[in-house]
Amino acid sequence: MTDMAWINGALTAARPQAIGALLRYFRDMDRAEEAFQDACLRALKSWPENGPPRDPTAWLILVGRNAALDGVRKQSHTTPLPPDEEISDLGDAESALAERLDGSHYRDDVLRLLFICCHPDLPATQQIALALRIVSGLTVAQIARAFLVREAAMEQRITRAKARIAKADVPFEAPGPAERAERVAAVAAMIYLLFNEGYSAGQDPARAPLCDEAIRLARLLLRLFQTEPEVMGLTALMLLQHARLKARFDPSGEVILLDDQDRALWNTNLISEGLALIDKAMRHNRPGPYQVQAAIAATHSRAATAADTDWAGIDGLYLALERMQPSPVITLNRAVAVAKLHGPAAALAMIEPLEMQLAGYFHYFGAKGAFLLQLGRKNEARQAFDRAIALANTPAEAAHIRQHLDRLMQQAG
Amino acid sequence: MLYTLLCYNKEDVVWSWSKEEDDAVMARLSVVHEKLVKEGKLGTSLRLLPTTAATTLRGGDLVIDGPFAETKEQLLGFYVIEVESLDAALAVAKQLSAANPTSVYEIRPIALYVPDARPNAPTQIIKTY
Repeated sequence: MTDMAWINGALTAARPQAIGALLRYFRDMDRAEEAFQDACLRALKSWPENGPPRDPTAWLILVGRNAALDGVRKQSHTTPLPPDEEISDLGDAESALAERLDGSHYRDDVLRLLFICCHPDLPATQQIALALRIVSGLTVAQIARAFLVREAAMEQRITRAKARIAKADVPFEAPGPAERAERVAAVAAMIYLLFNEGYSAGQDPARAPLCDEAIRLARLLLRLFQTEPEVMGLTALMLLQHARLKARFDPSGEVILLDDQDRALWNTNLISEGLALIDKAMRHNRPGPYQVQAAIAATHSRAATAADTDWAGIDGLYLALERMQPSPVITLNRAVAVAKLHGPAAALAMIEPLEMQLAGYFHYFGAKGAFLLQLGRKNEARQAFDRAIALANTPAEAAHIRQHLDRLMQQAG
Repeated sequence: MLYTLLCYNKEDVVWSWSKEEDDAVMARLSVVHEKLVKEGKLGTSLRLLPTTAATTLRGGDLVIDGPFAETKEQLLGFYVIEVESLDAALAVAKQLSAANPTSVYEIRPIALYVPDARPNAPTQIIKTY
């Protein structure tokens, strides 16, 4: 018995490794993709009848490669025929290939695929689009919907990315250790950007799955770098943030802040995995920005109620993050912890010097308005909230600030 | 006889199931679990987090990130059952397998069983996942 949901899951799970291997054979992204599509179509026909193969990934690679070689043979009589053993009966060849797949190539194939998608010549938007298309296997239509662009425009974005990669003449050899570390950081950054695209969209059905895709890619990267604490940190960070999805919005889609969230709605599944990963990461004593941010998220996750939150711990973690990556946004976040610890006046004093730098930042004016409101400076609070609404990125953000304003109006009336 | 039923599957597939798929499998399994409870066969059972959350200690002081062994299929959880024979244990495994057809079940007799001795040992299901 092989149900369709299982087959689809297996095809998606096999995709990065299968495309990575096909890319190694053909050194051509389009051909690798076509070969994989072909193999998937054959799987959908064959697996329900014959049962799934012992190693679905090996099966897909072999069938995809044979189908592509077949295609080449039909297209051109000038191309020499591939050796017979490469296109021989599948049943015999599968077990041999499965054994060969075991260790050596897996890591390099998947890594190469991720590195190509995050090639430094590509802008971030193209990296994300390419990774979603090639590694995750989302359709162009799905990606276009998620990024609120027309399908033709997304198609073009992906085609351009592929053309740039072809032009850049990407080496197929695995990079050396120094370059590898750099490229891993680029892959991590792409994954976190992708996650934030989904996270900021909240429950929008077209965009929320981006968080799941980002987590899937992070798990993939983590399997390749099991001992890299920043990759653990990144994965933990996203798991812990994604765990709060159901609690972050009320039924009408309006934002609910961390303090007011119903913690029973937090996904304990994702939280326990996230906590396990951050525990593992911190044992390495090699802190980095993802680990610190994950530790902050973990501190929230560990608090049974908002009142139990260890704000001093969070303040310390933001201070550490500020030192690693000085940024006004991080200072702004730290101010929220400072407000809890030392009151709104201290927090306001901390953020006021940032106003020039954060003049276009929604969250700056939201936080400023909230601190002013707590201090009873209602007119100034209203001005800050007005600016926040003007800068809101989503209707939910604007609606949230409007709630504050409504409350102000009621108090005034 | 006491047996464990060790459940193996590809964790990258299982952990990318949608919540609906996961719930559907768990719902089918819980029908089997309830039946086994009524028959007085089911002991403790566990579902494990993925191997990326695992840490391995070798030789007393060598701590390695990841599972004991890199395998194609990973140990995802296990049951303790008490039944009269291997055939009966296989019958239980078959019911679980029907509910969760893509997983592989290894039936392994237990040599030593030590009960949970914590003073506040849970008597209810703890779901940390």
